[in-house]
Amino acid sequence: MSELKTLAHEGLWKNNAALVQLLGLCPLLAVTSTVTNALGLGIATLLVLVGSNVTVSIVRNWVPKDIRIPVFVMIIAAFVTIIELLMNAYTFGLYQALGIFIPLIVTNCAIIGRAEAYASKNSPLLSAWDGVMMGLGFAAVLVILGAMRELIGQGTLFDGAELLLGEWATALRMAIIDFDNQFLVAILPPGAFLGLGLIIAGKNYFDERKKAKTQPVETEKAPRARVTNLT
Amino acid sequence: MKLTMASSPHNHSLKSVNKLMTCVMLACVPGILVQSYFFGIGVLAHLFLALVSVSVAEAAILKIRNRPIWPTLSDGSAWLTGVLIAVSIPPLAPWWIVVIGSVFAIIIVKQLYGGLGFNLFNPAMAAYVLLLISFPVQMTAWQPVNTLLATPLSMIDQLSIIFTESTQAGITLDIARQVIDGATGATPLDHVKTALSQNMTSSEAMDNIAFTRFAGEGWQWVNVAFLIGGLYLLKAKVINWHIPVAMLVSLGLCSTLGFIFGGHTGVAFHLLSGATMIGAFFIATDPVSASTTNRGRLIYGALIGLLVYLIRQFGGYPDAVAFSVLLMNMAVPLIDHYTQPRTYGHGARK
Repeated sequence: MSELKTLAHEGLWKNNAALVQLLGLCPLLAVTSTVTNALGLGIATLLVLVGSNVTVSIVRNWVPKDIRIPVFVMIIAAFVTIIELLMNAYTFGLYQALGIFIPLIVTNCAIIGRAEAYASKNSPLLSAWDGVMMGLGFAAVLVILGAMRELIGQGTLFDGAELLLGEWATALRMAIIDFDNQFLVAILPPGAFLGLGLIIAGKNYFDERKKAKTQPVETEKAPRARVTNLT
Repeated sequence: MKLTMASSPHNHSLKSVNKLMTCVMLACVPGILVQSYFFGIGVLAHLFLALVSVSVAEAAILKIRNRPIWPTLSDGSAWLTGVLIAVSIPPLAPWWIVVIGSVFAIIIVKQLYGGLGFNLFNPAMAAYVLLLISFPVQMTAWQPVNTLLATPLSMIDQLSIIFTESTQAGITLDIARQVIDGATGATPLDHVKTALSQNMTSSEAMDNIAFTRFAGEGWQWVNVAFLIGGLYLLKAKVINWHIPVAMLVSLGLCSTLGFIFGGHTGVAFHLLSGATMIGAFFIATDPVSASTTNRGRLIYGALIGLLVYLIRQFGGYPDAVAFSVLLMNMAVPLIDHYTQPRTYGHGARK
């Protein structure tokens, strides 16, 4: 139980793939211009992560140590191919919107990082749970960043959600703010860097405040002896 | 008689940050006056908006950071940032442009990096680039000088365009920007860029109503005014000669070569149009984000001049001072690393 809890805390907050390990930044920065894109890539990454973690964990005792990385990459690539074909079949609009970034999930360091650091040393069930939590943590950051950028850039949320969720999702589109002029920088790459920086700063702020609450600051100080300018 | 022993340094320059910044802002005055003479009261309105915005933004972020507010605010560095933003945006741009720029410059570019002395990039220019890529339409809507406008705008009209985007008579900025012959006014640099993209030669491009003398009506005098302000800064020893001289010589050299071999626009045009002079004397010389060694300053300035020329002549944007300064800001640590002066008495002269 405690192991599961620790894994959840690690994946979602303490060791978050995007905010703390800063892994997988390429897709993180490139496709988070809208919530829909972010959610699509987040779910794809989550599925690949769970699949690869379980598989790596199952075969961990038969993979020679010297060639483990190529084996892991091939396993991940297989899952990415599956996801890509599924997206091509069922969410074609999103598949086109995400473009090259779906195949690029293979090179997402967050995934191979978990395979190497956790799945290759632990049982399949635990590895699956680790994959779910790490994937959720990554997807959450993607969605938050996507929401920030879409809101500031276009004033909407869930624009184009029908690409991911089907026709009914057009109703999800919310126009929060009506701009005469789009704040383009939020949608352009600089907005992604600024947004991610602010989210990381926010996380650190919460951590610091929590730490300050649990550990009261020591007020007593040793008396200082004056050693200079003595008359 | 009392003989006191003071510790070093014995030779004070008596220059506080506040005094330096006041000097620089004073030196901006001729430029601002000339600009508002040619382009209207909008310049002053934006100046006011920028000063208020930077003060509020700086006070707010200092409050959040638990820093003393007045000592930092009164050093004047934030106000100088505001002044530079105000003079670099089009005089009839909507009011929120200057507010967004000022807040971004102070909060993101300056204070999040640690405040004055820690910012890697020139805050005013980073804000300018943010605005330029976010709102390209508003940021390139320079109107031609007052005397060329088809419909003269009163002071009220100009303020009304800034705050409500049209005058009370319903004239929007697009209509107001029409010049006498019916064409829409553009900055000289913008005009040349457009003309060249339509396969005109440089001399054809320059053959326009806006070009009465060297570098376009109004613009050349704005640049001359900033040059005068800059010379005052040199005289007052607020800035060193290295950066402006290196930048102007490099830009002049590049444009001479371009003029002789490529048939491009001439030297006077490059030196006296756009943001050349304010860039050379007021922006590139920012003591925080510029190079700190004398040799480094020469390299830094020269490369800014080169980049300005390359981007103006071959790039997609009409003017390039902001981009060049930011690009060279990134190179400053490297330049400083390789141009460290020899310590007296240590190491051999090579």
